[in-house]
Amino acid sequence: MEILAAIVSGILFMAATYLMLSRSLLRIIIGTGLLSHGAHLLILTMGGLKKGTVPLLSEHASSYVDPLPQALILTAIVISFGVTAFFLVLAYRSYQELGTDDMDQLRGNDQQ
Amino acid sequence: MNHNFIILPIVIPLLTGVLLIFFNKRQKMQICLSAAASVVNTAIACFLVQFVKTYGIVSLEVGGWKAPFGIVLVADMYASLLVLTANIVVLACLFFSYKTMAQERIRYFYYSGVMFLLTGVSGAFLTGDIFNLFVFFEVMLMASYFLIVHGNSKPQLRESIKYILVNVISSALFVISVAFLYAVTGTLNMADLSLRVKELGSSGIITVISIMFLIVFGLKSALFPLFFWLPGSYQAPPSAIASLFGALLTKVGVYSITRVFTLIFLQDTDFTHTFISWLAVLTIIFGVIGSISYPDIKQIMIYNILTAVGIMLFGMSTMTKAGMEGAVYYIIHDMIIKSALFLLVGAILAITGTTRLHYFSGLIQKYPALGWLFLVAALSLSGIPPFSGFIGKLKVVEGGFENGDFVMAFVVLLSSLLILYSVMKIFINGFWGEENIPRTQTNVAVKNLLIPITFLVAISTLYGFCTEFISPYITQAGEVLLSPDVYVKAVLKE
Repeated sequence: MEILAAIVSGILFMAATYLMLSRSLLRIIIGTGLLSHGAHLLILTMGGLKKGTVPLLSEHASSYVDPLPQALILTAIVISFGVTAFFLVLAYRSYQELGTDDMDQLRGNDQQ
Repeated sequence: MNHNFIILPIVIPLLTGVLLIFFNKRQKMQICLSAAASVVNTAIACFLVQFVKTYGIVSLEVGGWKAPFGIVLVADMYASLLVLTANIVVLACLFFSYKTMAQERIRYFYYSGVMFLLTGVSGAFLTGDIFNLFVFFEVMLMASYFLIVHGNSKPQLRESIKYILVNVISSALFVISVAFLYAVTGTLNMADLSLRVKELGSSGIITVISIMFLIVFGLKSALFPLFFWLPGSYQAPPSAIASLFGALLTKVGVYSITRVFTLIFLQDTDFTHTFISWLAVLTIIFGVIGSISYPDIKQIMIYNILTAVGIMLFGMSTMTKAGMEGAVYYIIHDMIIKSALFLLVGAILAITGTTRLHYFSGLIQKYPALGWLFLVAALSLSGIPPFSGFIGKLKVVEGGFENGDFVMAFVVLLSSLLILYSVMKIFINGFWGEENIPRTQTNVAVKNLLIPITFLVAISTLYGFCTEFISPYITQAGEVLLSPDVYVKAVLKE
């Protein structure tokens, strides 16, 4: 089970890397979204999968699942949600101002 | 004794930032509130430093959860000194902003952004939990995304996209490294991590994880192969913001590397710390090359950030008493003086309207105070003896010699000479010579701009002259960094 989850998060990282290497800004943002999904899945896997019952709800189980990774994922999801929202608005604004979403045309600085 | 006040340097700017959002249209209110909060916060940070000096490391278990399980805030001398310095820098930058920020920017929550930035920075310094460090990094980064794009000019939009992208990737890498570390050790508390990693002994997996953390923090602190984003991003925003970034953001990365590699990852110092020292030296070399080659005062300052980061990390990587104290001396010195220099660049920009070096000259005839302040700041930066950069660099080099890294220590020495050249180039070309000041439309009262700069330069000079008075604090900070057991005992209360 852990191996399967690790492979899935690896595939997510691969797709994220591919998207982030493209020139379109929107694809890059989707890539960052996939990257954070992969990272969250990895945290879940690292905590161990299917090791016991739900923590806190029942008292008579022999083992419980570690709740900490889930708390970490929740925090990380909220953060990546906020950052992605900001990034999307920024992409829209810069498309309005600069008239392009092609990363090749966003190079250089004003002095050149 | 109740140690709840440790959380105040995080909570005060947070609440102030929230309050300021409600008063976005009232400029006076904004100024009064932010100034008051900043002054109070600086006073609390002073108290914190003095408290730690008297009672040793203090820790606060947030929410009453016991140490290895709940989140702890830990104030050791290193962290509290940095919190104090960060507050001083923010105070100066706020007063500089009152005179230079456009009305439009203030209405769109500029001061709230600064306060949230301070929240993140103080939190990152004070936290004793590695995932909490990630959260405070994000708070700080979110505020920095906001500040770097604030104003919506074309170069800002273009550069901020790259800045955000780099940081989003490094944040994902941070989460991944934390996940690996948790899988191996089963804990997130830094003190507990220190114990667990020690028990594991020198295993390859820990070294791999430590290098992942080095990449994450290296991206934030602009370490050698990972500094590519820095020159462009810091060029774009106005001077007050660039000053905040230059003084605070990279230093948080340096702080994290220092904390993690003196407390947790000590299992294979031969490899990791030698690796860091080489990267540090390469950072110094590239920083110096950049600062010499650009004919633009802002770029010169930006590349000097790289050099400073290299010097601090080299001091840390020697793992000697002298090197560690030197690194602590130097990081505080550099936060203050870098902020002052960026504000000086801002003042020059306000007068001449350009940062290009050959477009103006002879400033000292019309603005003598500005000229002398710049000279003092420049001498401090390059480490000329009575000023503040000297003692830190001396100790870093001493640490290098103790360790037998003669070539690297020599590079540090040589870099001071070249830093001096890079800033004197500005002084000679910009301040001496015939008076040639381009006319600009903006009429800024330069005297007002000089007040916060004078404040920072005075503190920096005092820091250099009163080394005798300051050295017990630095020694205490260095001792904790060198003996992780002290930190572990104070946090876990064994």
